[in-house]
Amino acid sequence: MSSENMTLNLKIWRQKGAQTEGKLVDYRVDGVSPDMSFLEMIDVLNEQLVRKGEDPIAFDHDCREGICGMCSMNIDGKAHGGFKNTTTCQVHMRLYNNGDTIVIEPFRAQAFPLVKDLAVDRSAIDKVMMKGGYISANTGNAQDGNAILIPKPIADEAMDAAACIGCGACVASCPNGSGMLFMGAKISQLALLPQGQPEAPLRALKMVHEHDSLGFGNCTNHAECEATCPKGISIEHIARMNREYLKAAFTYHEKTRT
Amino acid sequence: MVTSAVNHYFRSSIGRKQLVAVTGLLLCGFLVGHLAGNLLLMVSSNAFNLYAHKLFSLGPMLYVIEAGLAGIFILHLGLAFKLNMENMKSRGKYEQKTKTGRGTTFASQTMPYTGLILLIFLVLHLISLKFGTHYEVTVDGVVMRDLYRTTIEYFSSPIATAWYVFAMLTAALHTSHGFASAFQSMGWNHGKYFKNVKRLGLIYAILVGAGFAGLSIWCHLKGG
Repeated sequence: MSSENMTLNLKIWRQKGAQTEGKLVDYRVDGVSPDMSFLEMIDVLNEQLVRKGEDPIAFDHDCREGICGMCSMNIDGKAHGGFKNTTTCQVHMRLYNNGDTIVIEPFRAQAFPLVKDLAVDRSAIDKVMMKGGYISANTGNAQDGNAILIPKPIADEAMDAAACIGCGACVASCPNGSGMLFMGAKISQLALLPQGQPEAPLRALKMVHEHDSLGFGNCTNHAECEATCPKGISIEHIARMNREYLKAAFTYHEKTRT
Repeated sequence: MVTSAVNHYFRSSIGRKQLVAVTGLLLCGFLVGHLAGNLLLMVSSNAFNLYAHKLFSLGPMLYVIEAGLAGIFILHLGLAFKLNMENMKSRGKYEQKTKTGRGTTFASQTMPYTGLILLIFLVLHLISLKFGTHYEVTVDGVVMRDLYRTTIEYFSSPIATAWYVFAMLTAALHTSHGFASAFQSMGWNHGKYFKNVKRLGLIYAILVGAGFAGLSIWCHLKGG
């Protein structure tokens, strides 16, 4: 926890591509400031690698402010490092000590094929989203915000679910590789709001079937996802999805389609 | 779409786990009835034998009930087995051991194994007691099976008793996750009451585990 620069020992997963074998490679990185984020620490290492003429480590990142959900990696056996409500980019090096050994692996799940090193293809999440994670009703001009009344507790609950950034940590940490927390958050959010009601049954049916066909596992209620989620999304939303799906499977009529 | 939605339901991840949940809860209910009946062992040999005789006297109805129970059981373990096989494929295989345990519990991680132990137990249980030694006794002028004697004789063996205690502790572990988990699967999880569902599940697991295990020990002491 000192302000002195640190030296860290890293074990990082290196793999050239999906078809080749990968392995954990040891690295030593000097001059890591405690104020750096975890990703900046990898930037420092990559600069060292580039100077030596080596291939830098491929990793996903974008906003670096905890809202885009790109920085997928498994740090010391936990998605995003396992700090409460924190994405990898918001993990700071002051949480580590000089001389620590840190193991970094990509997110692993059947639904997330590896691209290179720490980068994985998480487009399965987008594919589930494309099946109904939106509202398509034509509403004309925007109406007055107060015209649709939503009780505050319901709005809050929908907002809690809407906080999902689609990072995939729930899938990566799930002992079954299931995408239920991510999907549950979206189905639940839209099921709570009046705007989501017309398409609710079809949304639940389509998204769940897409989820199942993409190689995600089946939820067995470990709740590991809830503990890992950087946005603290509760498995209550999975329960709401389960209700929505059950209801839709037995009551949905083509005729009532909107 | 109506039929296809229902069709999909029985093949989907959520549909199948809800079937596991419902059948699991039904089996939980069966265990309570079974335990209540077994407690008659402690009342008297006649009380227990008369109760067993009542059940045998149901005739064809008993077969219907038994078939239903077997169906529930097979559906429960068959679907759970299938889901587990799929999960073994879909889960991430990490080089470094992943640190779970923030959400997962020992009970939740061992569900397939405790389930398997309970399956083995069930088969042996039926062989040793239901299809065990056949004695007869006359109570109030009626000739009936002396299941009390079969039971007490069986539990005179310390190995049999130890195995039963172990199996019932396994059942307690299995239901300690399964009970509340079934509610979550059915969508009955709300901040307002789910803590109490979890508590109820724990109390259920302890009562059923301790009840059956205690009864085995009681039978052992009775016969020894």
